[in-house]
Amino acid sequence: MIDFELTPNDQKILDAVREEALVCRKYARHYDEHEEEFPPERLPEADSYPGAAKAWAGRGDDDTSFPILSMLYTAAQTWGDYSVRMRRDTGGLGNAALRAAGTPEQQEKWGNRTLAMAITEPGCGSDPSRVAMTAVLDGDEWVLNGEKIFVTTGCRADGVVVWATIDKSAGRAGIKSFLVEKGTPGFTVSHKEKKLGIRADDTAAYVFKDCRIPRGNLLGMDETIPKQSSGGFRKVMKTFNMTRPGVAAIGLGIAQAALDFTRDKLRDAGIEVEYGPGLHRQPAAVQTFQELEALYEASLLTVLRAAWLSGEGQPNNLEASICKAKAGEAVRLITQGCIEICGPLGVSRDELLEKWFRDVRITDIYEGTGQIQRLIIARTILDYTREQLR
Amino acid sequence: MISFAPSEEQEIVRSAMREFAESAIRSVARECDEASSLPDDFLNTAWELGLTTTQIPSEYGGEGEARSPITNVLILEELAFGDAALAAAAVCPSLFANAIVDQGSEEQKRAYLPLFTTPTYHVGSLAIVEPDPAFDAFFPRCTAEPKGEGFVVSGRKSFVPLADRASHFLVLARVGNGAGNGPDAFIVPRDAKGLQIGETEKNLGLRALPTATVDFERVELGPEARLGGEAGCDVRRIINGSRTALAAAMVGLSRAVMEYAIPYAQDRVAFGEAIAQKQAIAFMLADMRIETDCMRWLVWRAASQLERGADATAAAHQARAYAARRAMKIADDGVQVLGGHGYIREHPVELWYRNARMLGVLEGMFTC
Repeated sequence: MIDFELTPNDQKILDAVREEALVCRKYARHYDEHEEEFPPERLPEADSYPGAAKAWAGRGDDDTSFPILSMLYTAAQTWGDYSVRMRRDTGGLGNAALRAAGTPEQQEKWGNRTLAMAITEPGCGSDPSRVAMTAVLDGDEWVLNGEKIFVTTGCRADGVVVWATIDKSAGRAGIKSFLVEKGTPGFTVSHKEKKLGIRADDTAAYVFKDCRIPRGNLLGMDETIPKQSSGGFRKVMKTFNMTRPGVAAIGLGIAQAALDFTRDKLRDAGIEVEYGPGLHRQPAAVQTFQELEALYEASLLTVLRAAWLSGEGQPNNLEASICKAKAGEAVRLITQGCIEICGPLGVSRDELLEKWFRDVRITDIYEGTGQIQRLIIARTILDYTREQLR
Repeated sequence: MISFAPSEEQEIVRSAMREFAESAIRSVARECDEASSLPDDFLNTAWELGLTTTQIPSEYGGEGEARSPITNVLILEELAFGDAALAAAAVCPSLFANAIVDQGSEEQKRAYLPLFTTPTYHVGSLAIVEPDPAFDAFFPRCTAEPKGEGFVVSGRKSFVPLADRASHFLVLARVGNGAGNGPDAFIVPRDAKGLQIGETEKNLGLRALPTATVDFERVELGPEARLGGEAGCDVRRIINGSRTALAAAMVGLSRAVMEYAIPYAQDRVAFGEAIAQKQAIAFMLADMRIETDCMRWLVWRAASQLERGADATAAAHQARAYAARRAMKIADDGVQVLGGHGYIREHPVELWYRNARMLGVLEGMFTC
């Protein structure tokens, strides 16, 4: 049945996350202004907040499906802060790739380590088929050579899933993913990036120079290069079907923080955001706010839709791109608009709104820009190949 | 529990409506728009779908299915995919009947619901809009002064759908003059003394749908005319249902534009390739898909709140305001994708462009 109501169990979980998120928010400014520091693994308050783990255990069949609730869970976390957590999560984007494409042996061996994912290079971003990093088989070892940038959690991760080509002439089909442990000779973290926002999140650059790894570290163990389709590549790209809604949810959590802040400030100024009365009875600030809020609601629903499909075991490639494109744009407009409503208050570093405005800007860039998402959407609805719509 | 799954029954209704929209609505939509006419044949064929009677309780002669705003928005999207004006005409009887089912007193249900269980089309209408640029559904200027036990209704309503043939009107009017007084709803028969129905209005869009101005010159009503009887009613439910339904119609219209623009852009060749192969066009089409999805989920959310009996004021407002803007943009882009052909009445996009502008500012044309 079509329904958008949270069950009491769902609500309990999200309330618990929100409660922790508010504590995290107290640390947000510090780690924004001290980019060189990492937020702690556990906040000092951790013992007084048991977290949502217990509540998760109480979920039943009548509660909202796991993929949907995890989107709301993520948004509730980033409503507190983008990076600071009561307890650090383990697992990075590399872990998602491992789950999607790894062999049982690889899952066993690498499953409980935090894995970053290294795709982007100085010369390639949205078009991963341009990957220049190479992997050459030498006896029972792969030899990796190349550079990677914008590696999320790259400094703190225990290892990385890195994309490299085993045959440049094969284009996308030649690209494979490799598991590399930190400390492997020839693999160095060259520096930590300095960013507009999400400063407490570490973003690393890697250099691989004659870095030798065991042959068994090829993710999925498929050494063949398919002639036509690029099956292995596609499998890794599938990772994005839940991570795209995930990053959309991350952005929307921040956007909601901005909306809540703005609503409170309007209320302090004696302006109540009311629905019902028409255009001619509302101050412009309220109208702007209402538009931003509708944008938020619409975007969140596209995220939930993509997650719902995933929970139903249905393909959600298109919907993952739809929600990423929609939320990526919406969260920019929402935070920009909230600053417009709040005026000078919005740009003061005494408040977090200006930080949210900077943090959220990444949403429309990483995991595929809004333009890349639109390409995917257009190809899907037009039933076009990559060659037909470039 | 959050779910996007229509019930099996809803899926069946949905595909039946889709088929009806494609066969019975699309085929006559242009002709009806050109002639500004609404054929009885169409109304009677649409009546056979049971859009109104299905959700009238069986003790009043209906088919006794529970009224479901969710089912109704699913239906509306499909009908409006065919044509918004004909969809509005087909569901117009529900504007009146649904409000009675939902909030009428026992006497009102007995008196009015059987009217809608006849074998041929019977229509009652809803009068919300007023000819005033600052019109606000929540604060109408029409008044219903208490007099004795009853009321005296005064004021002017416009864009009243099917005013030319409605047997009754449900009129939103303010009881008393206080600023804090919200509106109430009153049942007024067509032949009430002091009620005057104007000429059929000439409108930008939805031309097949006859609308008219209705004047109320001190129309005297008994206490039984107030919807819900002595207790009155929650007018917000009527307005919120209407807004959600209007948004559902805009989803249908937007999908119509998108599904027309896509094959056109794939066929039309310029500079050696289909224009759909150019990002400037392809991205417009992608945005149509993104926004149609957004609109639909906002509508579903508002409808699910209505179905729970919750106050859907914010959700309905968001659904309508959002849909109004996006449907306009989609229709606008639809014309642009077709270029000169989009401007020619041989293609339906110019009609959708006009209809989108009109739907975006109306109230009370649809219900769910």
